[in-house]
Amino acid sequence: MKEGRMTSFLYQKTGGIHLSYIIEMNNICKQFGTLKANDDVTLQVKKGEIHALLGENGAGKSTLMSVLFGLYQPDGGEIFIKGEKVSISNPNDANRLGIGMVHQHFKLVEAFTALENIVLGAEDTKYGFLTLDKAREKVIALSKLYKLEVDPDALISEISVGMQQRVEILKMLYRDAEILIFDEPTAVLTPQEIEELMNIIRKFAREGKSIVLITHKLNEIKSIANRCTVLRKGKYIGTVDVDKTTTQQMAEMMVGRKVSFTVEKGEKTPGEVILKVENLTVMNKAKNKALVKHATFEVRAGEIVGLAGIEGNGQTELVHAITGLRPFSEGKITILGVDATRDSIRNKYEKGLGHIPEDRQKHGLILDYNLAENLILQSYYLPKFQKRGFLKFDSIYLHAKELIERFDIRSASGAKSSVRSMSGGNQQKAIVAREISRDPKLLMAVQPTRGLDVGAIEYIHKQLIRQRDEDKGIFMVSLELDEIMDVSDRILVMFEGAIVAELDPKLTTVNELGLYMSGSKGGTSH
Amino acid sequence: MNGNEEKVKHPLLEKIKPSLIAVGCGLLVGLVIMMIFNIQEAFGGFFTMLVGALNQGTKSLGDMLYMATPIILTGLSVGFAFKTGLFNIGAAGQMVVGAYTAIHIGVLWNIPAPFHWIVAILFGALAGALWGFVPGLLKALSNVNEVVATIMMNFIGMYLVMYMIKANVLNPLDSRTLNVRDTALLPTWGLDKIFPGSAVNIGIVVAILVVVIIHIILNKTTLGYQLKATGYNKDGSLYAGINTKRNIVISMSIAGFLAGLAGALYYLKLGNHLSTHAGLLPQGFDGISVALLGLSEPIGALIAGLFLSYIRQGGFYMQLYEFKPEIIDIIISTIIYFSALAVALQFFFRKRIQKMKEKKRKKANEEEAKQ
Repeated sequence: MKEGRMTSFLYQKTGGIHLSYIIEMNNICKQFGTLKANDDVTLQVKKGEIHALLGENGAGKSTLMSVLFGLYQPDGGEIFIKGEKVSISNPNDANRLGIGMVHQHFKLVEAFTALENIVLGAEDTKYGFLTLDKAREKVIALSKLYKLEVDPDALISEISVGMQQRVEILKMLYRDAEILIFDEPTAVLTPQEIEELMNIIRKFAREGKSIVLITHKLNEIKSIANRCTVLRKGKYIGTVDVDKTTTQQMAEMMVGRKVSFTVEKGEKTPGEVILKVENLTVMNKAKNKALVKHATFEVRAGEIVGLAGIEGNGQTELVHAITGLRPFSEGKITILGVDATRDSIRNKYEKGLGHIPEDRQKHGLILDYNLAENLILQSYYLPKFQKRGFLKFDSIYLHAKELIERFDIRSASGAKSSVRSMSGGNQQKAIVAREISRDPKLLMAVQPTRGLDVGAIEYIHKQLIRQRDEDKGIFMVSLELDEIMDVSDRILVMFEGAIVAELDPKLTTVNELGLYMSGSKGGTSH
Repeated sequence: MNGNEEKVKHPLLEKIKPSLIAVGCGLLVGLVIMMIFNIQEAFGGFFTMLVGALNQGTKSLGDMLYMATPIILTGLSVGFAFKTGLFNIGAAGQMVVGAYTAIHIGVLWNIPAPFHWIVAILFGALAGALWGFVPGLLKALSNVNEVVATIMMNFIGMYLVMYMIKANVLNPLDSRTLNVRDTALLPTWGLDKIFPGSAVNIGIVVAILVVVIIHIILNKTTLGYQLKATGYNKDGSLYAGINTKRNIVISMSIAGFLAGLAGALYYLKLGNHLSTHAGLLPQGFDGISVALLGLSEPIGALIAGLFLSYIRQGGFYMQLYEFKPEIIDIIISTIIYFSALAVALQFFFRKRIQKMKEKKRKKANEEEAKQ
């Protein structure tokens, strides 16, 4: 705190001229209720550099950037852009100052074309009518210059996530932004798309644009960033030169303790068959296209089967069909040797299914219920929690207290916390706790670590492996190749709805996996 | 869920603030409108409206309780459905079939005294439940939008009741229903002694009892747990293995039951008749206002229902100041309008307050700097 004051003091002494930094955010404070999202945070970005902003979920990265982008007003602190003190009260101010931002969740109008989205809010008009010709020329020129392949007339709803991101980037460039903020840009991309994006970002930096990259992926920082500012729990921890710092050191700054990156896992021989899926076919809503084609596989006790694939190749539909969230047209599902094809969802749970869903807020939690109520979501009707139709709140809160302690779920007010206010990592922990505590024989874990930070990922991997060691059958779907390689005992690859390969993680490489995932290798249905 | 303990943490005031703001703004706008029409009498009229229900002492209070009974229950009906994720626009239809069924039994059946009115309100409520059950079933089976279905059921109910009145219980002189037998009239259990000369009967007691029961169902039972879960997050409750379709049917049936009960309680009253003129019961739509103002909470519906009835009563006496009682409906509409805007309003006020605080802080800082 004192140091921060000191810098701003020096600032005044030198007359506020400090041109080497294009962005200076000094002593930023922002409080939400009792939560200090930013507590005296300082960020200084040089012109033309790629500056990473590193921190766990809830560390205050997004808050800081929202302050810079004018979405929030800071409670304290000063912002200087190109050496001039500014106050940014809305995103339009930010645009005028040359600040552009690609949000983690894209802000695009689905029913508009790429071009319409790019000009939205900065349209040219003639006699009150929209003219797009000039804009089209500019967009095409920009996309050529930076190799940002975009079809300007394609509807947003019909293009890939990667292309949507390029539309967002063009949106910033169209407004002549010089400061580009990327909020977790790689979270939704395939390995190949990530590589492309990295090249584009490097090009921006060479052109003299300044880039702030919000992320919690250390290898990305290592490969692309010049300097890195680390936040932890809303506090400024430090700024380091990436070249002179190891990923291990950065991880320690971020988490505040030593972290292990390698997943420790002993040998285990798979036992009896827990889940058997035969010839499972799932059609789309119009029933004219198969989203899952004749999937056949087994999951045995004491093994983790990883399902790899690029997003949208039928993994979600496969899991939804098995767990009962979606009907399927053909196929047979057997759980522990008993036919479960026609079972209701509840029957499947009673047979021993546990399900960590892909979308924790849509399926996994009732956000308006508190933590304790969420922890009995599938078991509220059991005698343990009700008597003659009346809920037994004592046992419900006792149950919650046990799980909170056992799984270290952190929240503002314990069992009574509103789940909506909990961080993503703790929401996920709550789901994992609930599913594991029901002692399932078969655990379906879909992207169990999506959007989580290093500490939480490590924790959830440990839990999955512990379940495997307790002879549970685990089926894990993931888009992260590292996760698939590190955690699985056996890998299935899905491409365009079919399972195209079965691989042994010890004998395969990330490269080979990538080739199967993109359909350039294999193709014979397994 | 554990309502009372929750409130200790988030003060009750915080929760009901939007409604209070809405009421305040609505009254203010009402005053302005009254001033536009007749500036001299505006304040007197306004004051009369505010205290109007106390004007005639206990009589007007008793009348207010009687008039509040049906709108508390329709408000409860709409609010209950809303808590479980459904829009019940059909309270008017459910209420009218409930009312007719009760009158039918009251006029034509011959049951000994203490049971007659009980049977009548029970069957009335069940008829309402049937009227809610049908849209619920349609929604569960083939995803028919319940808003459309309940609106249709309003008209089916209204015309069916007109036909049934003419066929069974018509009083041809006044083109309305016959008087129900004395045994079918709701008793007063001494309430008429407390509020002499008023229309009050045990309807209000039943309504309060039902409010408590619904509150318990929603907050203390597994049924309430799953109904609310379905309302908050349909995908999430599907994932949880809850039978969401069955819940839709149950929820709509209960909502219909409550509106049907409203009809039965309101019309088992000497001098109150269903007419054969086409028209939807206004209490059905008041239910939407009551639910909105009461934040869909059972206790909220009770308070909002009493409040609405209270200022309506006052509006009646406003005629002394040459104001038409319709002005009350303008004020109520404004209140409803504001309660729909309430959250936005709260946000607006909070921002203003924040800005004022900031200014103060800046001033303080400047003064500090000067020193």
